Amino acid sequence: MSLASGDWRHYKANAAARDARFMTAATDIGPGIVLSGLTKSYGPVRAVRCLDLVIAPGETVALLGPNGAGKTTTIDMMLGLTRPDEGTVSIFGAPPATAVRDGYVGAMLQTGSPLEHLKVREIVRMMASYYPHPLAVEEVLRVTGAAGFAGRWTTKLSGGQAQRVRFAAALAGDPDLLLLDEPTAGIDVEGRRDFWQAMRAVTERGKTVVFATHYLEEADAYADRIVLIARGEIVADGPASQIKAQARVRTIRATLPGVDVNALRVLPGVRSAQRHGDAIVLTCTDADAALFALLAAFPSARDMEVTGGSLEEAFLELTAADADASRQTTRAAR
Amino acid sequence: MTHFRYEILRTLRNRIFYAITLALPLVLYYSVASGQRHDNFDGVSFPLYFMTAMAVYGAMYAVVAPGSRIARDRSRGWIRQLRITPLRARTDFTAKVAAAYMLALPTLALLYLAGASLGVRLGAAQWLELTGLLVAGLVPFVVMGFILGYLVPVDALAAALGGVVVLFALLGGVFGFQLATSGPLFDVLKDLPSYWLVQAGKATFGGGGWPLQAWIVIAVWTAVLIPAAALTYRRATSQA
Repeated sequence: MSLASGDWRHYKANAAARDARFMTAATDIGPGIVLSGLTKSYGPVRAVRCLDLVIAPGETVALLGPNGAGKTTTIDMMLGLTRPDEGTVSIFGAPPATAVRDGYVGAMLQTGSPLEHLKVREIVRMMASYYPHPLAVEEVLRVTGAAGFAGRWTTKLSGGQAQRVRFAAALAGDPDLLLLDEPTAGIDVEGRRDFWQAMRAVTERGKTVVFATHYLEEADAYADRIVLIARGEIVADGPASQIKAQARVRTIRATLPGVDVNALRVLPGVRSAQRHGDAIVLTCTDADAALFALLAAFPSARDMEVTGGSLEEAFLELTAADADASRQTTRAAR
Repeated sequence: MTHFRYEILRTLRNRIFYAITLALPLVLYYSVASGQRHDNFDGVSFPLYFMTAMAVYGAMYAVVAPGSRIARDRSRGWIRQLRITPLRARTDFTAKVAAAYMLALPTLALLYLAGASLGVRLGAAQWLELTGLLVAGLVPFVVMGFILGYLVPVDALAAALGGVVVLFALLGGVFGFQLATSGPLFDVLKDLPSYWLVQAGKATFGGGGWPLQAWIVIAVWTAVLIPAAALTYRRATSQA
């Protein structure tokens, strides 16, 4: 009896804390998640360097970057699994350990295959039991698309099914913050689309979602905001369109028979040039300068077309620019 | 509570392991003790001595079993997954310890029945006292299971757990002979928890229970092993 009333009190306290949090969010736009000056080294390798990031409640943010950029280290520090060398993490105003203990956080780690000797429904029920205000187990199974194999042993699942189970396990406690570390790694295209459809249904309930990915299309299609990370630093932060603009990558297409590609490459503002028969494609960091130079050098160029770059070009531009900059800094330091 | 239920369920569903843990000591008991049912050994009847010994042997396997689950969960990354839920480490430990004893108690009960069938006669209070001593004496082995589970790679774990159990069993006199009954080696043997576990039958039958030394040995082993377990747990969960 005393246990039951204790649980009830705990639940009430939690509900009150949640209400307070949402009110803060509504009135002062109190940030949901604040990373400040986050730094972590493994020996001589600086995995994350002085990373500052503020994520508002309800945002879906992609941590986009190549392998080894520091995405996983950042997520592990947000979960309290890894202790930062410097800097702090605040999850809804609390340190990670407190937020985790109070049931505000659910996560899909890169590692973590479902437990053996349990069925899918059981593992979801078990995870749900750890949280103060979980979702109904059947609902979790339905939303994540795991209902069809809920009675199966966890060791008898396909890769796509195991991934849904991990998603269901992360979602079972109805956490306000979902942290997903490369949730679709190793999943085929169809499986990825299904996963993100389920994810959409979840985020509509007002959850804050942070996911790490190196799939550009995923970040572009599913995140409100992309935080581009390279070598442990944020190199760009904003909606996909803004990141494309920030990279200022433009493509010039034209018809120019018999031109030497090397002559095009040296034009000002041009980063790379290709020729396909009579058609040329110039990838430019400064399209205006490149266009003037192209016309001055090759007045015979026709059918000219200038387009904005893809996110992929922006991605390469921004992460590469950072590489050049850091190489120069290193050289200067010597 | 749900966590506890699933810990038990996962243990029982590992059927082959469970069957072997129950059956092996029983088979050994009958094959050795039925031929020597009228002999005496170490001051008591051989069936009583060997019943306690085999109960200890089976129960040791049972209580280190959480170690193998921990190692497999660890290799599957599940330990880290659990650390990012509100589940307290203490609740997890308690459930695992409870599951370990839930596995050990049927082993004890089976061996008691086997012992009774070969003429072991104890009063109800004595059966309870024996069980109490065994439950207390197994504590260091529960902790050893945790340590090995957090420390040893999963593919080496069966050998590590089996090795520890067999070593302590051998030194404790589980296999029906004692390596020494006097001298410096005997003094060393008396510092092992498995020695006192095997002595629990004699202590109960003779009355008066364990001497103080037994309780000190059990307490010291437990006090030393628990911080080691905490250390290996922290190491296993904090590694990236």
